[in-house]
Formats: sequence, C-alpha cells, structure tokens
Amino acid sequence: MERILRGKIWRFGDGISTDHIIPGRYYHLRGNLQALAEHALEDADPEFARSAQPGDFVVAGKNFGQGSSREHAALVLKERGIAAVIASSFARIFFRNAVNVGLMPIICDTGGFETGDEIEVDLVEGRVRNLTRNLERTFRPLPPVMRAILESGGLVPHVLRYGGFRWPDTP
Amino acid sequence: MGLTLAEKIISRRLGETVRAEDIVVVPVDLLLAHEGTGPLALDRFSALERTRPATQTLFFSDHAAPAPRRELANVQKRLRTFAEEGGARFYPPGEGICHQIVAEQWARPGQIILGADSHTCTAGALAAFATGMGSTDIAVAMALGETWLRIPPTIRVEVEGPLPPMVMAKDVILHVIGLLGADGANYQALEFGGSTVAAMSVEERMTLCNMAVEAGAKTGLCASDEQTRQFLAERGRAEDYLPLAPDPDAVYERRVELHAPSLSPQVAFPHFVDNVRPVEEAGDVPIDQVFIGTCTNGRLSDLRMAAHILRGRQVHPGVRLLVCPASREVYLAALQEGWLQIFIEAGGLILPPGCGACVGVHQGILADGERCLSTQNRNFQGRMGNPEAEIYLASPATAAATAVRGRITDPREFL
Ligand code: SF4
Repeated sequence: MERILRGKIWRFGDGISTDHIIPGRYYHLRGNLQALAEHALEDADPEFARSAQPGDFVVAGKNFGQGSSREHAALVLKERGIAAVIASSFARIFFRNAVNVGLMPIICDTGGFETGDEIEVDLVEGRVRNLTRNLERTFRPLPPVMRAILESGGLVPHVLRYGGFRWPDTP
Repeated sequence: MGLTLAEKIISRRLGETVRAEDIVVVPVDLLLAHEGTGPLALDRFSALERTRPATQTLFFSDHAAPAPRRELANVQKRLRTFAEEGGARFYPPGEGICHQIVAEQWARPGQIILGADSHTCTAGALAAFATGMGSTDIAVAMALGETWLRIPPTIRVEVEGPLPPMVMAKDVILHVIGLLGADGANYQALEFGGSTVAAMSVEERMTLCNMAVEAGAKTGLCASDEQTRQFLAERGRAEDYLPLAPDPDAVYERRVELHAPSLSPQVAFPHFVDNVRPVEEAGDVPIDQVFIGTCTNGRLSDLRMAAHILRGRQVHPGVRLLVCPASREVYLAALQEGWLQIFIEAGGLILPPGCGACVGVHQGILADGERCLSTQNRNFQGRMGNPEAEIYLASPATAAATAVRGRITDPREFL
C-alpha cells in the first residue's frame, strides 16, 4: 500500500445508501462489474458516474453505505479506481465489505470539503490534508484485523496467504 | 457481571466467556445468500480453491423470482447447479424470502447465522445471533466454517404494556428507529424485551429484529421462551428449542424505554427510514400504490390484519394494491384462512412469494412522481426502482387503511 495518496474529491452528503451507490434497477448487471460501475452513485451525482477518474476520492457525511449488504457497492468504487472513501461515519456492512475488497475506508470529520478539492492522505500518520482549503483532519487507524486484511489486498488473498484470519494479536 | 444475549450466544458457542468489544473468531452454523449476492460469493469461493462448503449453506431465488430477465435466470441456474453439485441447499422461485424460510425451517436459538443480505438479523427473533455480511465474508465462512466478529455492545429496548388496537410491532420498531436514528445503533446489537415483547409472537418479533439494521445494528435479538418453543413445535422442530435469555445483571451500552399503550401507528417519510412521525401528523398524502409484504411484514398475522380492514371494502380507485406472502407456508395458510380472497375481491393483486416490489428489480416499479406506502423496511431514494418516486413505510394495518382511502390513513378509523 502507498503511504501517501493524493487526488481530487467528489463530495456527497449524509446517509448515502447502497441503493444510491448501485440502484436495484441495475440488479441484472451485477455479473458485469464494469457495466455496473458506469452507474456508480448516479442517483446521488450523475456527474460522478460520468467523469470520476482513477485516484479520485469519494468524500461523504454520516452513515455512508447504509442499507443492503451488496458488496457490489464497494466493488464498483474499487472498479472505478477510487483511492479511498472518506466519511464522518460508515454503515457497518459497507465498512467491512470495503476492507474485504481492498478499498480503503477512512473515518474523519469531512465538514468543509467540497467537490473538486485536492487532498492528500497520509495513511501512516492518519492525516487528511485538504490542500485547496487548507484544512487538516486526523483519523484513527483501523482495528488490527482489518489492517491485516487490507495489507493482504483484501480478504480472499488474506485467507489464501494465511489459511484463515491472522493479525498481530489474533485470539 | 451478567451477559447480554449477544454475549451469551457467542460465549456458549465458544465455550468461554467473551464480552462486548472482544474480537473473536467464531464457528458459523448456517450461511445464506440469494441471486443478488450468491454469484459473487461463488466466485470468491472458487478463488479460495474450495468446492464443498464447510457449513450448511442455503441459496435462495427470492429477489427476482421468477426471473424477469435472462441475466437473472442464468444466475439462478448457477446457484441451483452449485447446490446440486456442492452439497448446498437451493430454494427455487416461489418458496419465498430467504429470511422467512430461515426462520420457518432452519434458525435455532443459540446459533450463529451469517447471510449475504442485510436483513439476516431477522432470525434474532429466535435468539440466534444472525447478521448480514457481504459476499466475500460469506464465501470465506463457506470455506473455513468460521468468521471473525467484534462482539457488539448492546442497546436494550424495553417495551412495556399492551399495544393499543391496530398498533403493531412495525409501529414499535419504526418508533425506535425514529428515536435512535439510522446510525444510532451502528456496530451495536439491539436487544428487545419487556412485557410487550414477551407477549409478542415470533412473527411479530421478526418484524422488530428485521429492522434492527435500519438503526445500523449488527443484529437484533429477542429472548427464546414459550413463544419460541411454540413457533418451533408448530413446524415440527420442537427439539430445536433452547431457552435463552440475557442475565438480569447484563451490562448494556444504553437502555431505551417505551410505553406501548401510548404508541400510535407510525409512518416513515421519504427518503430515510428514521424520518418517522405518528400517523396523526402525516397530513394529507395521496398514495398511488400500497405494497403489503416483504421480510418485514409479509407473514400470516400481517395479512390477517390487512384483510380484517379490507373485508367487505374496495381499494380506492386511485390505488394499486399489491400483496405478497413472504413464503409458500404463509401463502398456503393465507389461502386456507380466506385472506387472499378478501384482497382479490377488494381489487388487490397477489404476487408470488418473494421480495416482490421491495427492491425495485421487478413487479410494482413506480412511475415518476408516484408515492407508495409499503410495509417494507427501506424507503431510500430509488429503492423501488425509480429515484423520482417516494416511499412511505408503515404497518400492514396502516397500509390496508391507506389502500381503502387513497391517502395515508390512521387504521384506527377502522376500529
Ligand atoms: S423483502 Fe426486501 S428487504 Fe426483505 S430480503 Fe427481500 S429485498 Fe431484502
């Protein structure tokens, strides 16, 4: 994993649900990730669906990813090359899914961040710097088990590598 | 220091006492997925170089059943083939919604159940620790027979006193979600108790536990008691019964107390489940479609309540009424008791057991600008297939009353 990530953000509000990220009307596309990813978040911001670039960040308010367990919600963002999802808080299943597919979730105060801002994320120091607005936020590292999964590149590679769940203080 | 139900179930399963915030690796008793999440789980499972699940696994065709298009027919076939070859169990279209079938046929007090569907928590009504996860977690549990969990701290929801007539379990849980907020129980368990819950049938408890995830909870739980024993015994599963309750001195993160006799029917307004108000404050809201069904409220007691209001009445000419029994068992019982005939005579239409209109894949998609009042659990923008439509959530009683009047209506007008 790169230590420093840098890119442009797309700003979303509170309570973005998995129905926003991939609407049920595209249910039949779940077997075609690339086609599904073209519709990512289109009900929340059609411009994102059209023009998000690899290396961009998704930044949101509270309870990002609430709703269904569809892992495709995390996968389409990964497929679009989103560097990390940063939100004030996450819904539980989305958070776990993101880690499992190797998409970095970051919890920090996102107040004052706007679409188009340039940010820099330091994964080791736990810092997000908004270069456009000169704001700085800190975040806490993930729990050890999740860090271990992300470091393996997701849960499948993790299990293939260790034969089970392994983290520094595994019970 | 006593244990909450969540702590107790996991401690029993591990054979040692664990508490909230502990991170543990636990054995898993039952796994489930459906045509929306199962195929990805199978991709992952084969990436893990496995062929046969290490734990009892169920696949359901319920979200798009029968298949409305070729792609979905193909994934259903794939699940069926895997089940036939790999020793999993497949439920074809028409059997019903996964969570309903899990409760009727599989869930047992004390089990740990994971599902690739967020409403897996419904089985908490039978005192199983049941939670939704993504396809990868399910595939890994299929491969290893275990998962990792952080034991959730618990919010105890204590409901006391009798529910007034026409006020249902749905109104209790909508009210609780309104109080807690959509993320108010994030990463926690909701444990329902008190005299109101003790008097509820397992069907009603399923409505409570089903919507725990709408407050962000990892699981919803009710104690296993005489009601549970009866529910299991009625389905020829008396030997699955195990009494389980939290300790009186369990440590809770928080307590929420509710006085049932003063509760009114509740309505969640678009586009958020926690945007809840009592029906008296709903104002004048015309409705184009009423949907009665889903894993939240598609059970026999729900249909019975709706039929009670619709008997001898007609659905308002401006309303489409869709009714969808949650499973084949419910369908047959509703048929035998005469409820389906009442719906059809009133002008409603019956959908085959399954998710029906709930998730916007097929059957009952809304037109631009339309409003639907549904007994389901989510009203997010676009949920029923059209982001230009609005969804209101309420109980089967409120839904039936609304179908008759054509606008959101207090079911107590039909007392
Ligand atoms: S009825 Fe609706 S909420 Fe329940 S499992 Fe089906 S799609 Fe999900």
